[in-house]
This record gives sequence, C-alpha cells and structure tokens, in this order.
Amino acid sequence: METSNRQITFTPDLFEPVERSPEEAEKIRGAPVGFWGDAWRRLKRNRIAVAAGCVIILILALAVVGPLLTPYTSIGQDLDRQYKTPSLSGFWFGTDEFGRSMFDRVWVGTRVSLYIAALVTAMDMCVGMAYGALSGYYGGKVDNIMQRIVEILVGIPILIVAILTMLILEPGILSLTIAIGLTGWTSSARLIRGQVLRLKEQEFFLASRSLGANTFRLITKHLIPNVFYILIITLMYTVPTAVFFEAFLSFIGLGIQPPAASLGALINDGAHQMRFYPYMLIFPAAVLVTITISFRLLGDGLRDALDPRMRQ
Amino acid sequence: MLKYILKRLVNAFLVLFIITTVTWFLMQLLPGSPIQNAEKLTAEQEAQVGEQYNLDKPLPVQYALYMTGLVRGDLGNSYLYGGTPVTSIILDRLPVSMFLGTQAIVVGLVVGLFLGIVGALKQNSIWDSGAAFLAVLGVSVPDFVLAPLAQYWLGLKLGIFPIAFFESWWHSVLPSLVLSTVVAAVIATFTRTEMLEVLGQDYVTLAKAKGLSKLAVVLKHVLRNSMIPLVTIMLPLTAALVTGVLIVETVFSIPGLGEQFVRSIFEKDFPIIMGTTILFSVFFVASYLLQDILYGLIDPRIRVAGNRE
Repeated sequence: METSNRQITFTPDLFEPVERSPEEAEKIRGAPVGFWGDAWRRLKRNRIAVAAGCVIILILALAVVGPLLTPYTSIGQDLDRQYKTPSLSGFWFGTDEFGRSMFDRVWVGTRVSLYIAALVTAMDMCVGMAYGALSGYYGGKVDNIMQRIVEILVGIPILIVAILTMLILEPGILSLTIAIGLTGWTSSARLIRGQVLRLKEQEFFLASRSLGANTFRLITKHLIPNVFYILIITLMYTVPTAVFFEAFLSFIGLGIQPPAASLGALINDGAHQMRFYPYMLIFPAAVLVTITISFRLLGDGLRDALDPRMRQ
Repeated sequence: MLKYILKRLVNAFLVLFIITTVTWFLMQLLPGSPIQNAEKLTAEQEAQVGEQYNLDKPLPVQYALYMTGLVRGDLGNSYLYGGTPVTSIILDRLPVSMFLGTQAIVVGLVVGLFLGIVGALKQNSIWDSGAAFLAVLGVSVPDFVLAPLAQYWLGLKLGIFPIAFFESWWHSVLPSLVLSTVVAAVIATFTRTEMLEVLGQDYVTLAKAKGLSKLAVVLKHVLRNSMIPLVTIMLPLTAALVTGVLIVETVFSIPGLGEQFVRSIFEKDFPIIMGTTILFSVFFVASYLLQDILYGLIDPRIRVAGNRE
C-alpha cells in the first residue's frame, strides 16, 4: 500500500462533464471476449510462456528444414572426416565416429521426438477424449465396464509394455508407436470422464437435453468444448514425458536403431564418447532438454491462462 | 472402507495376473530360441537341455508349471547363469537398488521440501523464481543426460567421486544424487502449490491473529496440513525411481536390479525378464493401491469409498 501525504484541493474547474446521448450510454463497448480470446490475452501477457512457445516453433522449424541447410545427410558416412570438432565453417555440430554430420543427425533425431509428441497428442485428442466422454456420458454399467478396462490398462506399467513391444517387434518407430498407442490415452480418458460426470449435472446441459438435443450434439457441442482446455493442459505435460520416454528407450538400446537417429540414441552414443568428444553429448542433450523445458513452461502458462480457478 | 480396500486388492491381483500372463505368452513369441548356439548341439543334447528347462512340454503345460511355481514363490531358473534360481538373483541385486532408491528419496525429500517451503513463504521473490527454475530443470533434464554429465564433471574433471561400480558408500553418492533430482523437483513443485493453498485458508489467518509466531504458524498449521497430500505423488515417484534405476545403474555399472533387467533383455534370459517384470509391476500396482487407500484415510475430506462422482 502506498500512502501519499500530498494534499490535493479539488475545485470545480478541474472537472468537465462528458457529453453522452442516452442511446450512446446504452451501448456496450468493445466486442465481447470469448473464452479462448480471453485465454489468449492472458497467455500473451505471460512472457515466459510466450518465449517457450517461440522456442518450440523454432525447434519445429529447425527439425523440418535443419537437415536441408547443410550439404550433408544424417546417414552419409565418410571415414576421412571422423570426429571433426564443431566449427562455423565446416560441421556446425561436428561429426561422429563415422564422419556423419551431427547437425543433420540432431535435427533428424528431433523429428522422432516431435513425431512422438504429435502421436501422443493425437491419441489423447481422439481416443482419450472419445473414451472419457462416452464413459462419463452414459454412466452406469457402461461406465463401470469401461473404467475397469482403463484400470487394468493403467495398472500395466508403460515401461514394461514398451519393452515387451520392442522385444517382439523390431525395435523402431512402429513398435514405439504401438507401445505409446496402447497406453498413452488412459490418463486423459480418466480426466475427461471426471469432468463430463460433473458437467452432466449442470443446468445448461439439462436445458439443452430438454430442448431435444441428441447425444451427438450434446457431446460435441456441450461436453467437449467444456473439457477441451483440460485436455490441452494435460497435453503440455504428457508431451515431454513421452519425448523423454522415447529417448529413454533409445538410450538403453530398445528404441530407434542406427543408422537412424533419435535424440536418446545420440545421447547414448555421446555418453560413450564424452571424455574425448563432449560435443557429441552436449548438442543432442541440449536440444532434448530445451524441448522438455519449453513444453513444461508453456504448460504452466496455459494452465494459468485456461484454468478459471487460477484467475486472480 | 474395508469393502473398498478388498475390492481394490482383488483388482490389483487381477492386474498382476493379467500382466504375468500377457508377459509370459509374449515371451514365447520372441524371435530366437533360448538355447544358444542351438545349431551346434546334437539333437540329443538339445532334447536334454529342453527337458531340463521344461522346454519340451506343450505351451499350456509350461504356462501352468510357471504359474504354479509363481504361487509358491518360485520364479524359475535363469537360462544363462548356470541355472541359478531367479529368486536368488533378484534377492542378490534388490538390496543394492533399494539402497540407492532409499538414499535418493531421502535426499530428494529434504531438498524438495526446502525448495518448496522457501518458494511458498517468499512467494514471487527471487528465491521463489530460483526454486521454481531448479524444479523445472530437475524434471526436464533426464537421468540419462545428467548421469554422464555428473560422471564427466564430478567424477572425471573434479575427481571427487568414483565414476562407476559399487564398492563402497562413496560409490553410491553420484548415482543417488542423479536419482534424487526428479524426486526433489516433483516434491518442491508439489509442496509449494500445497503450501500456498493452505496459507490462504481461514485457520491460518486465525492462527496469525491469535498472535502465534511466524515459525509456529508455519510448523504447526501450514506444514502439517500441506504434507497430507504428499501421498498423491507416490506413484509418479515410484515410476521415476524405477525408470531411473534402470538408467542410473546401467550408466554407473552398479550391480542392481535395473542393470540386470536391461542386460537380461539383450541376453534374452526370459526367466529373469519375467521375474523382474513381475517385481516392477508389483511395485507399481502396490503404490497405486497405497496411494488411493492412504489418500482416503489421511484426509477425511476425501471419501474414496462409494464416491461415485
């Protein structure tokens, strides 16, 4: 609290009346701000979240065009140029033991991470939301059975599922996809179901139903828009976990197989060579950490912007 | 409540049964034979080995044999290490992992609580931002990045700690530190949020109004009430520790369960993979169960049983 000791004397000449016609006074100024507009306004004010968003876009762009910026490829070997240290004139991130350009390998590896991120997003959006909404909407016996199934799926540790999938199929992008696809959607399904159960009891829902809205309309027009923001917040936290997970599997040798690259596999290679060629560890590690940190910070920002309870 | 616990227990056993069964049958689908160099063996030798490990019997019989053994606590014998019982291999290696895990939890708890409390009491100050930054860093830097870096800087460059193997307590410092970062970060974030919520409650205002010292308010009213929900993060912590143990033990060459598991995957030592999978699953399932039960017991505001939300 600021206290001011200054004394101000108010005289009538300091004020002048504002001319307003009665019609004008009735007008509501400004376009109404919807939920998403409001959230966007608040998100923009959060500088950390905006910065994190920009970093994600930058990494996305580099993953797409990065390998095209150099004359080399991520798998092109040349034993004449083994272990070149990073330099601005030659190999920006150096080369590995086969003379492959690390710059290209890092960004090709980032593609894998971002593919996993997109996959998890898709699973959460489609399967998780549909499953949770249906389970919550129908309730009763349907809900009971659907929840038991989820409970069993949740009980199976994803680590074990992934390792088993990797063992049976060839380790690679397909087995990774299956492992994440099998279990990735359960947490969002549970969350959505809880919200739908709550929304179902509210008056606007009853009103719409009494007016004769059918199931499809009720779910798509009333339930999903109201739970969507929760999904987005969860996503920001599941994406780094999934990216992390792929890197972990590749690190222990069960993920992406050489000569294909993924950040985890590159970090594993780098860790073996770090004593003499630390750059081989540092570049992929830095990119991976940047991705996870950015998603988390953006997630924090989105939570503050989207969750009504966080409003001051 | 009792009915609820019973129901959850039955459910937990069902989950474990399904995991075991699925894992067992998936193992059979694995490419390659568990007998190494099978082409070099005569048919007679192969039959002998097959008989020794029950490999000659039809699959359902093998499955039934495994499951009956499991009920009696027998996890079968390792294919590789001269037929050593899996149970004894696990019992050999489990204490090492448990030791690392416990040490990591203790360190993580202390550091995390400290960061969380500082963050909440000095909200929006530089201390708060610093603690929040450390917490984000802690969850975002994966163990497999941190472990080699710790080996490089603290082990090689500064030469303070041994970089691998497990011969003395001194060897356990680096791996425990690496493991504890996630724990500390999760606990710090959690404690801060919980404490801020409690600090805004009426009973805290009342305690302050009564004239209690700041320390007494924090210790007696705020901290106690914000610690209750700590049980809710048990599961993520268990998951973090199990995956952490796999990485950290592999990187630091520590003879624990995680290192054995990763190795067995490459060696195709099915009985060990099975046994460890079951053990890890028990950890996960038990922590879920404990989490739900404790949550209902500790905080009377939450009623788990019969709460059909």
